Amino acid sequence: MLKIRIIPTLLYKNFGLVKGVGFDSWRRTGSALQAVMVYSLREVDELIFLDITATPEQRSPDFEIVDDLADECFMPLTVGGGVRSVEDVHRLLMVGADKVAINSAAVTRPELISEVAKRFGSQCVVVALDFRKKAGNGYEVYTHCGSRPTGLEPVAFAKKMEEMGAGEILLTSIDRDGTMTGYELDCIRQVCDTVSIPVIASGGAGNARHVYEAVTAGNASAAAAASIFHFTEQTPLEIKQFLADREIPVRL
Amino acid sequence: MKEIAIINYGMCNLDSVARAVEKCGGEPLVTAEPEAVSGADGIILPGVGSFADAMLNLTQRGLIAPLRERVLGHDIPFLGICLGMQLMAAIGHEGGRSAGLGLIPGEVERLQPDTQATRIPHVGWNQVEIRQACPLFDGIADQTDFYFVHSYHFRCDAAHRIATTPYCGGFTSVVGREHCFGVQFHPEKSLGAGQALLRNFLALC
Repeated sequence: MLKIRIIPTLLYKNFGLVKGVGFDSWRRTGSALQAVMVYSLREVDELIFLDITATPEQRSPDFEIVDDLADECFMPLTVGGGVRSVEDVHRLLMVGADKVAINSAAVTRPELISEVAKRFGSQCVVVALDFRKKAGNGYEVYTHCGSRPTGLEPVAFAKKMEEMGAGEILLTSIDRDGTMTGYELDCIRQVCDTVSIPVIASGGAGNARHVYEAVTAGNASAAAAASIFHFTEQTPLEIKQFLADREIPVRL
Repeated sequence: MKEIAIINYGMCNLDSVARAVEKCGGEPLVTAEPEAVSGADGIILPGVGSFADAMLNLTQRGLIAPLRERVLGHDIPFLGICLGMQLMAAIGHEGGRSAGLGLIPGEVERLQPDTQATRIPHVGWNQVEIRQACPLFDGIADQTDFYFVHSYHFRCDAAHRIATTPYCGGFTSVVGREHCFGVQFHPEKSLGAGQALLRNFLALC
């Protein structure tokens, strides 16, 4: 049976890892290479590495850093931040990324998703969809590290990305990010029930029960988390044990 | 040290495969040169991308005849990974119908969801159920999880089906014929289990 994945997210900014709240108030959390080596040793399911200032600073991805990290990463690695062209994707794959996450460019130039999918296959195209709750009802997609509203609605946008050839959606609630108060289950459920590609729930995990909710009530295929691993004693393995005790298929 | 030619045909993450081979005690040689293929103790064909594009790239680089000659004529151990495994088939249907390397009879077709909840691509860790003894799995328990990420699968005869994986009604996840093997999952991304499998392959080279 296909296992539910627990994925630590590594956010990279100015030469080190950080973790914030609501895509803001960043705290330093250590060296990226060290984190990759520790997670490799702990045999986690997969890692996501996002260079969060690349797009706001109009930079390309830092291929050298990805190359160094990938050399120590013997599990799947998704890399995002500043990906704007088929060539960016090609170079990231060549230095060791397995999947590439595309956020802002998926909104400004959606054809990029089809171009990448056609060249390298859908399986390596992850659309990183960041959203906030709107003042009234519903949700809105944001780009540029959560700073730019797009007027787009997450469910329709996710469906469009699937049609363009995305292989996976990394669905992050900006409001819940870093709060450790639980995932935005309502939006996760709506997206998961609309698309037929895997969805990674992200933003808000504070304990194992939150992860359990994301994969049961939310129907997500995987759960990403950061604060819980940076700021608490809980490990990915403990969370998976909690899920296994409740008959969720995980790799132990 | 065993020299392993990792075929570079412009389609993928070669670094990860090379690093994993190195970690397992082999000497990786990432190459697109037909001559280099001839000198190696073993050949790994990795791959990310679509079947038709990959065959086109292999053809343009003049690699098809040397690969077939080394593997079929000189019994050099061969391991295809993911798309590299699919390319071992006679025919592929991704990106239009095209001929494969023809190392193992079979065709590559899109995975068909067997329930409404089944998502394609098949992404994540899933178990490998061993159907017939194979040296690649020496010391690896039946039902061990490996990492998959793919939308197509290799349809072949039971004779060449080494292992299956329970998804979309069950698909062939490992093929084998004499010294030729193909794995649909990524051993280079499957942590300890993947390295055990790569060590077994190196031992055959």
